[in-house]
Amino acid sequence: MKLRITTLAAALAVAVLTAPAEAKTFRYAFQGDLNALDPYTLNETFTLGAMGNVMEGLTKRDKDLKIIPGLAERWEIVEPTRWRFYLRKGVKFHGGEPFTADDVIFSAERALSPESNIKSRIAAGTKVVKVDDHTVEFITTGPNPILHYEWDTWYIFSKAWSEANGATKVQTSSSQLSPFTLKANGTGPFIIESHQPGVKTVFKPNPNWWGKPEHNLTEVIFQTIKSDATRVAALLSGEIDMMDPVPVQDIARVKANASTDVLTGPELRTIFLNMDSLRDELLYSDVKGKNPFKDARVRKAFYQAIDMEAIHSRVMRGNSANSAILISPLLFSRSAEFKRHPYDPDAAKKLLTEAGYPNGFAVEMDCPNDRYVNDEAICQAVVAMLARIGIKAKLNAMPKAKYFEKAGATQKYDSSFNLLGWTPGSFDSHNVLLNLVGCRDGKGSGAFNYGGYCNPKVDEIAGKVLTENDPTKRDELIAQAYRIVHDEAGLIPLHQQTLAWGVSKKVKIVQRADNQILFYWAQKE
Amino acid sequence: MLAFTIRRLFEAAIVMLTVALMAFVLFRFVGDPINQMVGQDTSLAEREELRERLGLNDPVLVQFGRFIWNAARYDFGISYQVKRPVTSLIAERFPATFELALTAAFFAILLGIPMGVYTGIHRDSWLSKLFLSVSLIGISLPTFLIGILLIYVFAVQLGVLPSFGRGEVVRIGGWTTGLLTASGLKALILPAITLGLFQMTLVTRLVRSQMLEVLRTDYIKFARARGLGDRAVNFGHALKNTLIPVITIIGLQLGAIIAFAIITETVFQWPGMGLMFIQAVQNADIPVMSAYLLLVAFLFVLINLIVDLLYVWIDPRVRIYGREA
Repeated sequence: MKLRITTLAAALAVAVLTAPAEAKTFRYAFQGDLNALDPYTLNETFTLGAMGNVMEGLTKRDKDLKIIPGLAERWEIVEPTRWRFYLRKGVKFHGGEPFTADDVIFSAERALSPESNIKSRIAAGTKVVKVDDHTVEFITTGPNPILHYEWDTWYIFSKAWSEANGATKVQTSSSQLSPFTLKANGTGPFIIESHQPGVKTVFKPNPNWWGKPEHNLTEVIFQTIKSDATRVAALLSGEIDMMDPVPVQDIARVKANASTDVLTGPELRTIFLNMDSLRDELLYSDVKGKNPFKDARVRKAFYQAIDMEAIHSRVMRGNSANSAILISPLLFSRSAEFKRHPYDPDAAKKLLTEAGYPNGFAVEMDCPNDRYVNDEAICQAVVAMLARIGIKAKLNAMPKAKYFEKAGATQKYDSSFNLLGWTPGSFDSHNVLLNLVGCRDGKGSGAFNYGGYCNPKVDEIAGKVLTENDPTKRDELIAQAYRIVHDEAGLIPLHQQTLAWGVSKKVKIVQRADNQILFYWAQKE
Repeated sequence: MLAFTIRRLFEAAIVMLTVALMAFVLFRFVGDPINQMVGQDTSLAEREELRERLGLNDPVLVQFGRFIWNAARYDFGISYQVKRPVTSLIAERFPATFELALTAAFFAILLGIPMGVYTGIHRDSWLSKLFLSVSLIGISLPTFLIGILLIYVFAVQLGVLPSFGRGEVVRIGGWTTGLLTASGLKALILPAITLGLFQMTLVTRLVRSQMLEVLRTDYIKFARARGLGDRAVNFGHALKNTLIPVITIIGLQLGAIIAFAIITETVFQWPGMGLMFIQAVQNADIPVMSAYLLLVAFLFVLINLIVDLLYVWIDPRVRIYGREA
């Protein structure tokens, strides 16, 4: 009997000591869904962010997006084409499987498999070699300074778990969901407890995580709330602790509320305008037999006719940062050297006259209306501003599904003038130079160059950027390329959007510029 | 009767085929689903391959033929966006919509009929005027605005009801219900009012105008002359005779609120078919859109069929014509 009482007392003591002071449930909502839990299926920020709480890559990025060690403790460049990664020891997956070099090799193969949507994580031709259980080497075909730039979202799978759960093949984007995509097994600070695609996902902290937790949460619940007004209401009523995004027009209201606040910060996405400078005759225009956009003076006239201050203060209500280049200043060290061509309608009118269009011309502008913050309103403002220099632009605003079909590769870039937004997945300028300003070759270069701008000199520099290992020289090359695009107004950069997260004042959370919602840094009162 | 039913079923099949064909022609204008299915770094070649694999490069008629062939075997394909069979998605979402629509219909009937009767009898009382003003609001305010107003008052200001979702649900076989939990019932109130307000207004006004007409008829006067009480006259005789058109309208409206709860479901993030449909439209998710439109067509055809059969049952004249044909 005595023994039993002692045991009981001991058990009680343990329970009291280990039980968390109280349940801290963090509830958040996003406008989009979380579907398959296979992070190799869809290369998309929100999904990758949610999974980043559960799974980990060899590297991670800290609160300022700086690359820090993740599942790799450290790494070294043995020779320019051979990188060696030393893996963290004693790490276990949620399912209890130990983390070793085999998992890295398996994950590399999985990421490069035909069904994968994240092939860009590992440069083509890279060989992955196991040195020992906790050392892996990556042998590249040429020097590659940004080899590991995207590895924070190349999450490592457990080989044993994948084989046991039929997850060796990536969930393809065209077939039925496999059962394994409702589960996840990572090494990260949170475990997915339940997942109903498109409705609700529940996370619990991982008690055996290798790192030191910086959060105090006991449970996290994610729900989709599509309607803007409802998402705002749910935050104001205290049903959720955080939501993304806050519509621009509601920011003031959420801030004014006593128990909520809005976290704003620069986002990495840049919004810009493309002008078709490739076709010999401009489509959807009254100019016949030639293409005015081939003349840099016309492009610059468009550039200088747009009053970005007005767009910043009126359309975006101050929630944007005007930009002179096609990448966020957070991602390029020398961005401060670039200044926008000044807003000057008189100079623009003069340029048009010099180019032979004193009375302007007519053109159609294509614009998505459900993709970027106030996308359609920005286009409306641009159309009105262009009217002042005699350009009769007709706006075609359309849903994103239609827009990307028309202005993009599907319908052979059937557009004369359009608005697009871009975040380089690698957080690096080479991605911008390749996708947005590279000459369209139908293969990889210029895939998102919706205006067909083409300057072989820029492509040549981009080629050098790819293999230059010295950071200073590399940035110099990038600056040269941006300088050319800027000088001849190849595209018109507009601004970077602002992130706006609505948060309860009870919650402290880190807002990272890439818009991943990482609650492993969240504290709740 | 049997011939009548068979002829009706044949007509129904033609209606559904027509709806499916029209939907398919329209799908050419909803845009490209591929961009929403892959990340931005996916190469053009891979995108093209995916398009080929999904059969999006085939001529519309080929795609249509394939769709009908599969639909005839109850296979509506796999959602591009959610990547699950459309049939199981709809089966999963249907209970939420059905419960919402039914509650909204009950709300509309239980409030609409008494209000209609009252305003019909007491035409000039201030309460009648109030009822009619309220019903005017119900008809003239758009659904999303009513929904947001209700959310603002009851969720944000008073904090008594949830602003979104369905609460806790209980699974019974293949059906999920929110009617058995407190949070589920609470979550049902605001969306049901939002969805049912317009119907309630309709019922009120319909019952009122019918009552006004019936109360003028001779048999009501005779009933009064016989010395029957107000209650017996108004409810026993008058209301009964107003109900035939009301039932017809309610039946048809039930189809409408199941099919077009889209706005209410979006405002309240109600996990039903309407919300699924709106997301499918935005992402050009053709399998979901086509199956949904077909389902809606089927629902209306079915309700019409039932109403027609009811007429035959109620009205012998139709039965006679039916036999002749």
